[in-house]
Amino acid sequence: MKLLGLFNYWVFAVLLMIGLFALISRQNLIKKIMALAIFQSAVFLFFITMSKIENGTAPIIQAGVDNQIFSNPLPQVLILTAIVVGISTTALGLAIAVRLYEEYGTIEDNEILALDRSA
Amino acid sequence: MNLADHLPALQVAVPLLTAPLVILLRAGFLAWLTALVASLASLGLAILLTVAVLETGTQEYYVGGWEPPYGIALSVDGLSALVLLLITGASSLALAGGRQSLRLDIDNRRAPMFYGAWLIAMAGLCGIAVTGDAFNVFVFMEISSLATYILIAAGRDRRALSAVFKYLIIGTIGATFYLIGVGFIYMMTGTLNFADMALRLDDVIETRPVIIAAGFITIGLALKAAIFPLHIWLPRAYTYAPNAVTVFIAACSTKVAIYVLLRFNFTVFHGNLLGHSDLFSVFIIPLALSGILLASAIAIYQGNVKKMLAFSSVAQIGYIALAAGLASQAGLMAALLHMFNHALAKGTLFLCVLAFILTSRSAIITDLHGIGRRMPWTMAAFVLAGLSLIGVPGTAGFISKWYLIVAVMEVPGWGVPLVMAIIASSLMAVVYLWKFIEAAYYGEPPPGGDTAALEVTLPLRALIWVAALSNVYFGLFPQLPLALAQSGTGTLLGGLN
Repeated sequence: MKLLGLFNYWVFAVLLMIGLFALISRQNLIKKIMALAIFQSAVFLFFITMSKIENGTAPIIQAGVDNQIFSNPLPQVLILTAIVVGISTTALGLAIAVRLYEEYGTIEDNEILALDRSA
Repeated sequence: MNLADHLPALQVAVPLLTAPLVILLRAGFLAWLTALVASLASLGLAILLTVAVLETGTQEYYVGGWEPPYGIALSVDGLSALVLLLITGASSLALAGGRQSLRLDIDNRRAPMFYGAWLIAMAGLCGIAVTGDAFNVFVFMEISSLATYILIAAGRDRRALSAVFKYLIIGTIGATFYLIGVGFIYMMTGTLNFADMALRLDDVIETRPVIIAAGFITIGLALKAAIFPLHIWLPRAYTYAPNAVTVFIAACSTKVAIYVLLRFNFTVFHGNLLGHSDLFSVFIIPLALSGILLASAIAIYQGNVKKMLAFSSVAQIGYIALAAGLASQAGLMAALLHMFNHALAKGTLFLCVLAFILTSRSAIITDLHGIGRRMPWTMAAFVLAGLSLIGVPGTAGFISKWYLIVAVMEVPGWGVPLVMAIIASSLMAVVYLWKFIEAAYYGEPPPGGDTAALEVTLPLRALIWVAALSNVYFGLFPQLPLALAQSGTGTLLGGLN
């Protein structure tokens, strides 16, 4: 059962590799940005997983409840920030893709390179 | 409440808060002036911080009065001060000298946005240098990177767009790898503060996740620092960026990534993690060596002077990485000194190139034939900075090459071959710089081209010479970088050694 207990970490690793593979193998800029988003989401999942403990709740002290198990809230806060960074990156990447399309008329990386070389 | 106590926080706050102000300004000139003033103010703050560090040692600052490990600590030591001087100095130099060039490259309408992004990039880079918190570094790194992507893509050259897209992808992979590494360390130690991590690593029994973290962090930062062969984003980004932006980022942005690399690998891992030093050396030295040799060789075959200098940067980063990879005291001294001296030389060289492009509108060497006879002042400054890049005695570059060779000779059995590689690369630097200098002084101008004397305005020429002479000044009187490197090496290796 040890393998299944690490289920979340397996998902993290697999998602990370899917993202990285797509980043390297795809020529389409939009697909590259999607791959980047998957790649980053994998890391978000990793942080959330490591802070969660079984039956743990939000760290709020309630009257009359003792022995409450809390999940560590810090990684979640960190990931909130990282998500914002990720969104900004995606937005900027898409903006650059739009500008590339305006200039070159294509969003295929290899075609853009070919246009640069022939120019 | 004394304002001097808040220097580390002001270092980030001043440019960060001026940025939205700049965006509100309508006219391009006012925006430029405000950005320059903010940049010079940051330089002033960096100088004050440097003085404070040299007098009283590491400056600690607790954000909001919360002490670590609960709050975020800013901590400025000799190494941070050195990097801060580089960032703010490069930014001020590029802004002051780049006015005319930027007016050509940037739409007047968009200029306020551009200068806003410039200040945000600088704030992010300064933030990396002052903070003592691993996650803070990630956030500042992404702030500065996102702003840098905008700066590079802001010019009129459409090739900058595809270059910046590649940079964005690779930069984000690097930052995400760094984040994964920080996650693993947080898992094992429960802290994000550098000093605290170093303490708590001693108690970690299962070190495998920490070794994996070290791997992720080192590779992620090597991507950002453009250590060969992870440099593929760099040449095109430097070449097609607006010229003033190249002056700024070539002088400092990769250095800041190396700064974080050193901070993590030495303050946190070195001496606290069994076997880490060997792994680090074995990983980084071969890459650094191949960078030193191959990137210099590639630089020889470039027809574009900006691209030539960009490949030369990759080789110079190789020197820094090699020196750091030795993981000895002398090696770290050499690495820190070379960070400083290379920034001086490369900043000056790119500023001269900016001047050439300003007058002749081309960065292709064949178009620049005879430019040395037409712009004797600028060309002489180029030669001076070139000598520093090669490492001729009397220039700043010599000091760091000397320290590097001394450090390398300490390596048992490998001293002589490593020195040979350094000398071979320096000779290649002579070749590629001579290729341009020969064309500039003795080359026939292109048919139909003008041969009349042609100089940039006096203020820009004066600035170029200030930059060029600083290469000589720090070659003859290297006390300041030496003192900072000494203090930086001390904190990196921990304690008194």
